[in-house]
Amino acid sequence: MSTRPDGLIAVVKQDCPTCTRIVSVLRQLGKRTSALAVYTQDNPEFPSGIATVIDDTSLAHSYRLGIETVPTLLRFENGKEVARAIGWHRGEWESVSACTHLGASLPSSLPGCGSKSAEPGVPEKLAIQFGKTKLAARRIAIGALEDEIEACFERGWTDGLPVVPPTEERILHMLTGTTRSPDEGVGMTPPNYSACTVEKVAINAVLAGCKPEYLPVVLAAVEAALAEAFGMHGLLATTFFAGPMIVVNGPIARNIGMNARINALGQGNRANATIGRALQLVIRNIGGGVPGGIDRAMLGNPGKYTFCFAEREGDSPWESLAVERGFSPEASTVTLFAGSGVTPVMDQASRDPDALCRSFAACLKADGHPKHANSPPPVLVISPEHTRRYADAGWSKARFRNTLNRYLQIPIAGLIAGAGGIAEGISKERTKEKETMPKFRDNALHIVRAGGDAGLFSAIISSWGGSQPITKEIVP
Amino acid sequence: MSELLDPTSEQKSAHRERVKRPRSLDGLTIGLLDISKSRGDVFLDRIASHLTRRNYAVNRYVKPTFTRPAPIALQQQIAAECDVVVEGLAD
Repeated sequence: MSTRPDGLIAVVKQDCPTCTRIVSVLRQLGKRTSALAVYTQDNPEFPSGIATVIDDTSLAHSYRLGIETVPTLLRFENGKEVARAIGWHRGEWESVSACTHLGASLPSSLPGCGSKSAEPGVPEKLAIQFGKTKLAARRIAIGALEDEIEACFERGWTDGLPVVPPTEERILHMLTGTTRSPDEGVGMTPPNYSACTVEKVAINAVLAGCKPEYLPVVLAAVEAALAEAFGMHGLLATTFFAGPMIVVNGPIARNIGMNARINALGQGNRANATIGRALQLVIRNIGGGVPGGIDRAMLGNPGKYTFCFAEREGDSPWESLAVERGFSPEASTVTLFAGSGVTPVMDQASRDPDALCRSFAACLKADGHPKHANSPPPVLVISPEHTRRYADAGWSKARFRNTLNRYLQIPIAGLIAGAGGIAEGISKERTKEKETMPKFRDNALHIVRAGGDAGLFSAIISSWGGSQPITKEIVP
Repeated sequence: MSELLDPTSEQKSAHRERVKRPRSLDGLTIGLLDISKSRGDVFLDRIASHLTRRNYAVNRYVKPTFTRPAPIALQQQIAAECDVVVEGLAD
């Protein structure tokens, strides 16, 4: 970019009432200094009576000068900007221009209007045309007669539902959602261990239908999925049902409008739906994890399209999942979990907390198989009405967990292979000198509160043994 | 023409790949599609007689007109019943 000549630059548009009112000021400045250039965004004839009016209908100058509001007055010295006034403010204009008694007939200040270079969708177009940041991804030409959405299907980029075609404008817009550089590495993506960059995640977030403000959540979820302990490769390769499930904690869930209430595990909320989908598309497109390829799930589960929800924290009597996992309540986090679908728990009769614990335990004991013990801990999604039973009785989350774990100790006799006429079960050798075994490994049940106000139901989300849950803090 | 950015790891060609050609026709069912272009049937009859003499399984199909794509039902039938297809394109 060539350096600009020293002097004053005013950026205006005729469509702005303030710009039309300050034409007299521009004329004043034009008379007092020869070094005034007026850049006009909409009408090259506007304003009249000024020696140097530069046609900026292409908005190239406005983009490069970073103009957000018109009028803007700038002063350049030695090729560099040294002062800027936004909108009309007499004091500021006099300071920037080093001229006095400007616009005596005008009010001391008038707000400006939005720059044409800042209108929706325009910054991305200008960035492509005039900007320095170029995206690295391969360009794929789509024929004039080809439908873009069909083209995405034909190239195998979708989960079976239509995706949003990833144009450069949409990707640049998506990248406004993060402060991270497009070329920053996020990790190696299983199963092919292909390099994953912020840009590639953003492209898949476009496909999934995300808004830019969801991108930091998607990036954190991808980082969690790439953590070795999560075991994403194995999670694909297993014939079991599970796929990555995302629980979002902290203020970001509310800020981006995630659903933690009615139908929290279901359809209908854009953030829930598209964040979970973006993660799956990253695994598919960047990692190469495709059903029938490395993804060997015998049945899979509908959550493999998308499985993402927020914990209902605001009115919760208990600390959240993220706080239990060592994060501050003010932190925004994702916790990734290998989720195998939703099993209902129905208890509409228990009135005291202990009875409800027995009920939960009875249902949880059937997780996977009633004769399995030391199983991978599932997520118990406890509803507000069930939580209230404990809150009303003054039970902490720790007391709830401890009581539940006591009832989840299973007498060995019924677990042994062959017992009850059922071949499935644990071998006798594993049971030496024990009378009971815990249903879940390390008694480490994950407890998350979510759901609508009404309904004495909760939900068990089964896990998969090869994966450990991973929590990552979401960074802007 | 528009341009999309590749969401993949870019390890495959940007061009759509054709279905792999079989190394041999042994055990495969061969479809012969007459697109209703003049004398296409003569060409396909000759192909059919060569193939059946060598004991290949041959199915015959006819498209109502060469001026339009084959009806969806016919496309699906051919895809379900055949491994490879030969069609006579010109007269």
